[in-house]
Amino acid sequence: MLETEGALSPTNGGPKIGVYVCHCGLNIAGKVDVEAVVEFASTLPAVAVARDYKFMCSDPGQELIEKDLREGLVNRVVVASCSPLMHEATFRRATAEGGQSPFYFQMASIREHVSWVTADGHEATDKAKALVAAAVRRVALHEYLEPRKAEVRPDVLVVGGGIAGISAALTLAEAGKHVYLVERETTIGGHMAKFDKTFPTLDCSACILTPKMSAVRSHPNITLWTYSDVVAVEGFTGDFTVRVRHRPRYVIEELCTGCLECIEKCIHKQGKFDDEWNEGLSKRKPIYIPFPQATPPVVVVDPDTCIWFKTGKCPQTCIEACERDAFDFAQTETFDEIKVGAIILGTGFKTFDASKMPEYGYGRYPNVYTSLEVERLLNAAGPTGGEVVLRDGTRPKVVGIIHCVGSRDAKHNVWCSKVCCMYSLKLAHIVKERIGAEVYNFYIDMRTPGKGYEEFYDKILKEGVHMVRGRVAGVTDEAASPEEEGHLVIRAEDTLIGSVRRIPVDMVILAVGLEPRPDAQDVRRLFNISCGGEGWFTERHPKLAPVSTFTDGVFLAGACQGPKDIPDTVAQAGAAAAEVLAMVDRGYVMLEANTAHIDEATCSGCKTCVGLCPFGAISFDEERKKASVNEVVCKGCGICVGACPSGAAQQHLFTDEEIFAEIEGVLAYV
Amino acid sequence: MSEQPFEPRIVAFFCNWCTYTAADLAGISRMQYAPNVRVIRLMCSGRVDPQFVLAAFRDGADGVLIGGCHPGDCHYQEGNVNALRRFELLRPMLRDLGVEDERVRLEWISAAEGDKVQRVCNEMTEQVRALGPLRLVTPKRVTPKRVTSPRVTSTWTVPVERADELVGQEAR
Repeated sequence: MLETEGALSPTNGGPKIGVYVCHCGLNIAGKVDVEAVVEFASTLPAVAVARDYKFMCSDPGQELIEKDLREGLVNRVVVASCSPLMHEATFRRATAEGGQSPFYFQMASIREHVSWVTADGHEATDKAKALVAAAVRRVALHEYLEPRKAEVRPDVLVVGGGIAGISAALTLAEAGKHVYLVERETTIGGHMAKFDKTFPTLDCSACILTPKMSAVRSHPNITLWTYSDVVAVEGFTGDFTVRVRHRPRYVIEELCTGCLECIEKCIHKQGKFDDEWNEGLSKRKPIYIPFPQATPPVVVVDPDTCIWFKTGKCPQTCIEACERDAFDFAQTETFDEIKVGAIILGTGFKTFDASKMPEYGYGRYPNVYTSLEVERLLNAAGPTGGEVVLRDGTRPKVVGIIHCVGSRDAKHNVWCSKVCCMYSLKLAHIVKERIGAEVYNFYIDMRTPGKGYEEFYDKILKEGVHMVRGRVAGVTDEAASPEEEGHLVIRAEDTLIGSVRRIPVDMVILAVGLEPRPDAQDVRRLFNISCGGEGWFTERHPKLAPVSTFTDGVFLAGACQGPKDIPDTVAQAGAAAAEVLAMVDRGYVMLEANTAHIDEATCSGCKTCVGLCPFGAISFDEERKKASVNEVVCKGCGICVGACPSGAAQQHLFTDEEIFAEIEGVLAYV
Repeated sequence: MSEQPFEPRIVAFFCNWCTYTAADLAGISRMQYAPNVRVIRLMCSGRVDPQFVLAAFRDGADGVLIGGCHPGDCHYQEGNVNALRRFELLRPMLRDLGVEDERVRLEWISAAEGDKVQRVCNEMTEQVRALGPLRLVTPKRVTPKRVTSPRVTSTWTVPVERADELVGQEAR
């Protein structure tokens, strides 16, 4: 940061302020009397020009500003329009294009903070005037600052090895960037690897996913870390330092060939413990591999169930079976520290816990399944080898699929999970095709927007799947008639015929909705991004910056941002990769100018600021008894400035004088 | 008092990451609320110098609202905790000066809580309206000369002295 009298340095004869009031179509002008604001602005001290325009952010709008600057009519700029979070960068750029420091600019938010939230037009106009007065007073005091650049490290971190993370990582790797892909589970693949087929094309999920999984593993530009998680993130956009923890598998990854002999030879002859990958529908041994195409194809030992870890007494037949001596029971957690320029989060979702809706009997009736469990049943690599059979081994003759379980429900999640209608239709199709069962779908509304989706719905209807429109009241095993004996009965109002129906079925599939991961709050704190109250990560702008976050250099891909199907997830992963490439290939980022600095002459050497700085950016010279700020490390919070008792610490763009001027401004009688 | 109905003027200091974003969200969601609250954006609630609060009252504010991220959510780790500490120290002092507790408020409002911005702004406007104008302020506002004059040199003494002076003048 330089306070120079350089070529751009301007203020010969003091500030000449240009005020530009935006109509934003009717978004502002529909409520605020824009002309009155312009007239008011022109009476303010140091205002040389006050203008209004339909859309200040448009090219002609920006040109107005640039022209006034170039012609020397003005040397500082106030734009009264939308939120600075929306267009501050745009107008700073216009100010720079006009030949001034981009920081000789201040924005007044008269859309988000005025026209959109104020009922009365007169009150809105008064408030807009006050905000303009504040911006004018403030910008007159802005100091000359030059934009600061920081180098961007070329490597990228991708967190989460589902289809989002895989797609983003491969795109970046193909572009020649080195990617660290960190996955918490023992294999990449995520939810998609659990599915049998994907809608609406009915491609086999594994057939389209596993080639990508192996491409990730073999790509020279990708470092794949499974069974690992991110434990600390420091730094800022372009230069993050990330600490990754690797949990012990007790098998040396580089040596294991995935022959699976050790699993065969384990002292446990049969699987005894719930297989998490198969949603507990099968049993695994203490040494296992989640599924045959797991990537990396490396076995893992579960210390909670392994006899050696529990008792210390086991012949360790697994070690004997290994020809590569890949076992290492002394493994402990290890850590890696990496430096990356950008981060993509693809941490995904979890499915709704169906036991929260006891009326549907999940966990009480063995023949009530969640959709994810049925995906595993249908999967050829699943617990039944793709056979649709109930827990007692029989084939269901009638299957009921209940939509919107946990979704669109004020008691649980209010949102539509977006994928359930389509995957329920898919499950209906596969079940009918495989075993010829009668299938009933109970839905509230059928939501099938998407390419080929409505056509898919039509196809399923023609196949003879029964559709009942109505939210299911409950599932019971209490028979009310002889034909209901021995069946589960789904009770629902059929709102199309206006009567309550009881439909006996052999198998109930609950189309569970999508939820944020339970640790979404921890993850967002770790990466310093924000999320909504429900836990979906917040994008910078829902339409214009859907994969960016409010933290520069951190991007989102996939369902961690909200419910999404596979095509949308892959598209978003590509967008996130493109954003990262734009940053990394440019090689630098522009940093905010709002760092703190300490005036040595007034610094009393009290050290208040030193301990307060969360980033250790302030050092103290014991000999001279003066504190100083390292502006590269400073992140511009201003905590030290707010605390400095002598006023020696100041923050660029947020100096005490500027804030005092703004206070006066917002309180100005208009 | 003039016949014009009293409209309180409230200065709000909102942190860039949570509360200012929440106010933007309130706007995007078209949540209508009292126009009495005027927002000043700071990067962090930890930047709120107690002087800002005193200056706002000096310059004619009837209330001051500070908004920051929820504890644990601060973009700068714990700036909001610093804000809370300063707020707790400042409050009794303001009380001694005759500034009622309802006139100063610190709220944690996350970026997702546009509705909370609406509620807090409405609530505070009504509370301050009920209290009436802040009596400490003289009709002629004291406007400090800036730029050429030396910086305010102490956080605590100068505004307090000035406030004492103002209280003296008021002498109800």
